[in-house]
Amino acid sequence: MNGDEHNHDHDHDDHAPTREDDDLELTEGEARFLALKSLLIEQGVMTADEIRARMEFNERGSPHQAARMIARAWVDPAYKERMLSDTKAAAAELGIEATEAALVTIENTPKRHNMVVCTLCSCYPRSLLGEPPAFYVSKAYRSRAVREPRKVLREFGVDIPDAVDIAVHDSNADLRYVIMPMRPAGTEGLSEDDLAALITRDSVVGCALPVEPA
Amino acid sequence: MRILDIGKPGHVRTPTYVRHKTGTIERFCGLFENPEDKAYGRWGLPPIPLYRVQFRQDDIWPDYDGAPGDVLEIEIYDHWLAPAGEDS
Repeated sequence: MNGDEHNHDHDHDDHAPTREDDDLELTEGEARFLALKSLLIEQGVMTADEIRARMEFNERGSPHQAARMIARAWVDPAYKERMLSDTKAAAAELGIEATEAALVTIENTPKRHNMVVCTLCSCYPRSLLGEPPAFYVSKAYRSRAVREPRKVLREFGVDIPDAVDIAVHDSNADLRYVIMPMRPAGTEGLSEDDLAALITRDSVVGCALPVEPA
Repeated sequence: MRILDIGKPGHVRTPTYVRHKTGTIERFCGLFENPEDKAYGRWGLPPIPLYRVQFRQDDIWPDYDGAPGDVLEIEIYDHWLAPAGEDS
């Protein structure tokens, strides 16, 4: 196709990239990864497909996993107790394989709102929530969530009254945290699937409240 | 408990904002392979005790702007902890 034939009815800005290309030059870490990967393949230690499959496995989590568990806990008090006392076992009950060393569920109450941050890097319950959102790994969130959580929450649109304490959980070591939000009022008749749809990623991080039912 | 500043360099797991601060043990989390050793290709054995330590936000940040009951919880490995009142 030459320039003369290139006339169609949309503006090229419509498909401008949504983010800047960041792989034009390799970082030191990327170069090291590619060198190690090609050595492992050349030496027959593992295949390219095995490495790809492992990356796919690592990224298979999604917020729906945590939402399913919390919705079950909202309708089944015995399951809720099991989830609070052993989150990994409660995940396994629903067929969810959690690869984290240790998972902890923390329950929001009328007296305490909980939120999670990893000030050191990006520790996150990936098996139950998938990859962390961009805000979670940003230095702004990591430094401010511990310092001024109420202000950060207000920026997320969540205004916690002073009568409710805020507990910030720094996920700095071996535990990974799931926040169990309070079940919204007016959801008594909803099915477990409909309840799960109210539980968003950010509500499980503690930066939002569940969606109010329509 | 008091959080020590043991001057350990590198990829350690006790952020500076809680060093020298005093809090209370919220729970014993179990024994974990030492990630501060594993970060450097060692095995991190034997596993070491890990605790959840709770701080009043007012005790971490002198100018904290929030409710008096606001707290922060963080995981601290045994070698960073000393009885309250001791700082080394």
